[in-house]
Amino acid sequence: MATGTEPPDTDPRPPGGGVRSPGRAAIAARHLRTDRWWLAPAVTAAGLLAFVAYSTWRAFANADYYAAPYVSPFYSPCLAENCRTMQGGPNADLFGSWWAISPAIIILIFPLGFRLTCYYYRKAYYRSFWASPPACAVAEPHRTYTGESRLPLILQNVHRYFFYAALLVAGVLTYDTVLSFRDEHHAWGHMGLGTVVFLVNIVLIWSYTLSCHSCRHIVGGRLRHFSRHPVRYRMWQFIGRMNAHHMLLAWASLVSVALADFYVYLLASGVLDDPRFF
Amino acid sequence: MSVVDRQEWDVVVVGAGGAGLRAAIEARERGARTAVICKSLFGKAHTVMAEGGIAAAMANANEHDGWQVHFRDTLRGGKFLNQWRMAELHAQEAPERVWELETWGALFDRTADGRIAQRNFGGHEYPRLAHVGDRTGLELIRTLQQKIVSLQQEDHRETGDHESRLKVFQECTVTRILQDPPFPGGAGRVGGVFAYERESGRFFVLQAPSVVLATGGIGKSFKVTSNSWEYTGDGHALALLAGAPLLNMEFVQFHPTGMVWPPSVKGILVTESVRGDGGVLRNSEGRRFMFDYIPDVFREKYAPTEEEADRWYDDPDRNRRPPELLPRDEVARAINAEVKAGRGSPHGGVFLDVSTRMPAEVVRRRLPSMYHQFKELADVDITAEAMEVGPTCHYVMGGVAVDSDTAAARGVPGLFAAGEVAGGMHGSNRLGGNSLSDLLVFGRRAGRHAAAYAAGPSADRPAVDDVQVDAAAAEALRPFSAEAGEPAGGPPENPYTLHQELQQTMNDLVGIIRREAEMEQALERLAALRARARRAGVEGHRQFNPGWHLALDLRNMLLVSECVARAALERTESRGGHTREDHPAMDRAWRRINLLCWLADPAGDPAATDPERGRIALSRENTDPVRPDLLALFEKEELVKYLAEEELYE
Amino acid sequence: MSSYEARFQVWRGDAQGGGLADFAVEVHDGEVVLDIVHRIQATQAPDLAVRWNCKAGKCGSCSAEINGRPRLLCMTRMSVFDRTETITVTPLRAFPVVRDLVTDVGFNYTKAREIPAFVPPSGVAPGEYRMLQEDVDRSQEFRKCIECFLCQDTCHVVRDHEENKTAFAGPRFLMRVAELDMHPLDAAEEAGLDRRRTAQDEHGLGYCNITKCCTEVCPEGIRITDNALIPMKERVVDRTYDPLVWLGSKIRRRPS
Repeated sequence: MATGTEPPDTDPRPPGGGVRSPGRAAIAARHLRTDRWWLAPAVTAAGLLAFVAYSTWRAFANADYYAAPYVSPFYSPCLAENCRTMQGGPNADLFGSWWAISPAIIILIFPLGFRLTCYYYRKAYYRSFWASPPACAVAEPHRTYTGESRLPLILQNVHRYFFYAALLVAGVLTYDTVLSFRDEHHAWGHMGLGTVVFLVNIVLIWSYTLSCHSCRHIVGGRLRHFSRHPVRYRMWQFIGRMNAHHMLLAWASLVSVALADFYVYLLASGVLDDPRFF
Repeated sequence: MSVVDRQEWDVVVVGAGGAGLRAAIEARERGARTAVICKSLFGKAHTVMAEGGIAAAMANANEHDGWQVHFRDTLRGGKFLNQWRMAELHAQEAPERVWELETWGALFDRTADGRIAQRNFGGHEYPRLAHVGDRTGLELIRTLQQKIVSLQQEDHRETGDHESRLKVFQECTVTRILQDPPFPGGAGRVGGVFAYERESGRFFVLQAPSVVLATGGIGKSFKVTSNSWEYTGDGHALALLAGAPLLNMEFVQFHPTGMVWPPSVKGILVTESVRGDGGVLRNSEGRRFMFDYIPDVFREKYAPTEEEADRWYDDPDRNRRPPELLPRDEVARAINAEVKAGRGSPHGGVFLDVSTRMPAEVVRRRLPSMYHQFKELADVDITAEAMEVGPTCHYVMGGVAVDSDTAAARGVPGLFAAGEVAGGMHGSNRLGGNSLSDLLVFGRRAGRHAAAYAAGPSADRPAVDDVQVDAAAAEALRPFSAEAGEPAGGPPENPYTLHQELQQTMNDLVGIIRREAEMEQALERLAALRARARRAGVEGHRQFNPGWHLALDLRNMLLVSECVARAALERTESRGGHTREDHPAMDRAWRRINLLCWLADPAGDPAATDPERGRIALSRENTDPVRPDLLALFEKEELVKYLAEEELYE
Repeated sequence: MSSYEARFQVWRGDAQGGGLADFAVEVHDGEVVLDIVHRIQATQAPDLAVRWNCKAGKCGSCSAEINGRPRLLCMTRMSVFDRTETITVTPLRAFPVVRDLVTDVGFNYTKAREIPAFVPPSGVAPGEYRMLQEDVDRSQEFRKCIECFLCQDTCHVVRDHEENKTAFAGPRFLMRVAELDMHPLDAAEEAGLDRRRTAQDEHGLGYCNITKCCTEVCPEGIRITDNALIPMKERVVDRTYDPLVWLGSKIRRRPS
């Protein structure tokens, strides 16, 4: 993962600069925190790693992603010729036959990019993976730091574009959720446990996507005079309230999308039968 | 010995609160090279503690408001002892001063049509206080600070140096005003100030023909106070020591609502906006006791029943205001009386309740820092339970006697005073919200006249001789020698202990309710403390040594405390911020009398004279008669309550 | 009222050096750490240097680090600590120390001077300013700042990298830029001043990696990151760093 900081010191002692710069209070310790400051970054790292491991396996598996009427969100929309045909489903063969590996890879770039450049996830992985900083007032182990002021991290500013892409993806997943109101024979007006899983997931995906800081900015944050744009002001306020829970939504939607995929996997691999309500 | 660094400036402003910064801005804009000296960091002045707002008759909330109404309220609040010309200028100029802040970037709360919102406050007939939630003082100080920075940016563009025309010497303390010729013995024209840098202990002299005192108040001489450590009466003492008199020092305002629990926060202010926005005072029996304490002079202006009082919040034109909004002196005395009668709260206060009057959401929005303060410091959720409050020493109405128009101190050419350190404006009691406007109006005037004086015909700069500078340096270093050798009279004293004893003395004996015998006792104790303070010794060295700083501040606190005690003993009536148990009524004959405090023995070296002997002498003078057109703003029936017979027919 | 004896370690020294000094101090109900520091001053170490002022969390003078966390001494209640634990109090570690708990915060005043001031709109006289509450709400939140500089202290960009102090204004002053950029009547643009561009080019907005420590330590509860820094980054994206435009200009400029 690129972060723009130099590689961590191999020297376990804290660097001579920073809090130990000449002139500052002579305290040898990198920090004097007595609470369990390492817990939050550790849990974050564990959570993110678990997701990365799971999603890598599922994305490259190229199997068990369709169990009518459900299509795994990892594989939707499916843009290559090697996709399974999903009746009325999100098939759009834009890439043709040359694409040989899992079609999930094509589409996952977008939600992945969206989350990778998301302001919350940035905080999460800067802290937990790159220790920059590991926690507040805990010295970071890097000799130099330029943050997002130059390449490559200046590219984090493409978040806006990923947001637009994420809107499209969320649109397709909404379509998939609508399709889940069919039975395995593609007849409308039915519902199963999978439908509920998909509904929960799509609500969380939309909440996460719309509560994004870029969205908050585009909707109203960029305005100077809210009073001249009452509708956008109301929307900005609404999104602001959601935005306050952006971290929670980021995690909830991460878990729900993995669960939705796992549910499809269980159905497709025959481990489970979808309990139908009607 | 004089190797003290000297710098030349046109105007030196002592103090960087609202008045000081406003004075500095004005002086600099009028072309004077201006230096500001302050004890704290730039932007930390006590002005940040002001919560409620700035009183200015802008008539945004009620179209009937105007400077005349504001003037009237101010005089009523001060029980007609105000220097009326100051009150007039203040009422007239306050709106301009507030509007000016907006052009410097201030963001006040707004009305629905986009103007500055104004709120109700004790003693003000109409909603008049421009405010920002309950952090108005912070907004004021930040705006002035940022204006100063913008002037410095301008200077930087022109001269390449941010500090070429306006410099802030932060964390520096002035211990003496230097004069030419030295006081006593001559005209005592101002020549500059002697100061030390707190960080390094280094002495320096700023030479300037004009010095503006803007050092604030004296609250740190009292135990229970809303004031910060800076409020040691420095400006009051500097003026006295330079030969200028202090006016009406007996008037000390006890804010009715300070926190009473836990002990470590006792005295911290609970803003009057709590009452302005609907908060009510109750005793332990649950009674809204303020209805029992409406004095005769205010009888027509305040609601006699809870029903009418409650209607006033929504319909102020047809109902009278609740008595919780009486001027501060009345409310403070009432609370004191309730507690004394055994109807107080568990920790010796009364209950101030907003939780039953407003939804939690509204409380949090309108009183955010009060909510925060009680939550963090006392574990009290003011949206769900009542606060416990009691009187706390808040403000001194008395101060340097100044000319109303120019803010020039009496008797010392080149010396100016503005803000709390100046006397006269508020008479015997200040209305809430009138302080911030006072800072702006008279800060500006002081800066303007100080700049004019510095550029004036007496262009030959006063000389500052080395003898004065050496004497000031020796005085400042005395606490170190007190520790080294044992001076005659006893062992070295701990300045912290002395300070605590001084605070206890003033609190107990010259506090909110005063008695002759107690004040005499206070004077005796002050004499003993003066003697011991000469032996106040400190450990360590001059670099950022708080013990040393306190030892130096003690001189000022002792001087000012003696002024308060002597003047309070002299004035045998009760008026505004001066309540005598042995003379409980207001006396119309005293209305015309100003009490002036002077240094008693100016010729003597303070260290050489017998410390037991009082250092303050009192004199009386008659106030100027109020101009007839201003008197005409009042009803005759009201005037007879305040003015002596002969004044009415003059 | 119950009281007990607490163990304190207070850093004492100056720029030449120093270390933690041990104190055993009495603690009463309802006290805050500043009360204890004052008690140490009054009874054990009269020359212990500490900066403080209002003791009510309004002036932002008594910033220090308590058990390694940047906090206001006057707003940290003793009741949050275990009675048996040793409480460590040190000066702010991002700034040069002057003496004991007092640091040289001049960095912040230098940075304050680098932010161009409010530009009043031309042709609007004092008293004629009209702004609606919803238009000033955002800037008002930032003006709650008491300048305690805890955010400046905790921000790893300068705390851990002294060399970044020239290029980076710190959260407090990037927030000041945001405050002015969101001020409904600021006329900087008319005066030819692009606050967004200067935020990125002159005040180092790009250094911020939004790890939110500034928000965590803010005693006023200002949501610095979410409401000031990120919106500024988004405004910069609007103006300067629309990545496509930016990449294009980089590529085209290279040959010349």
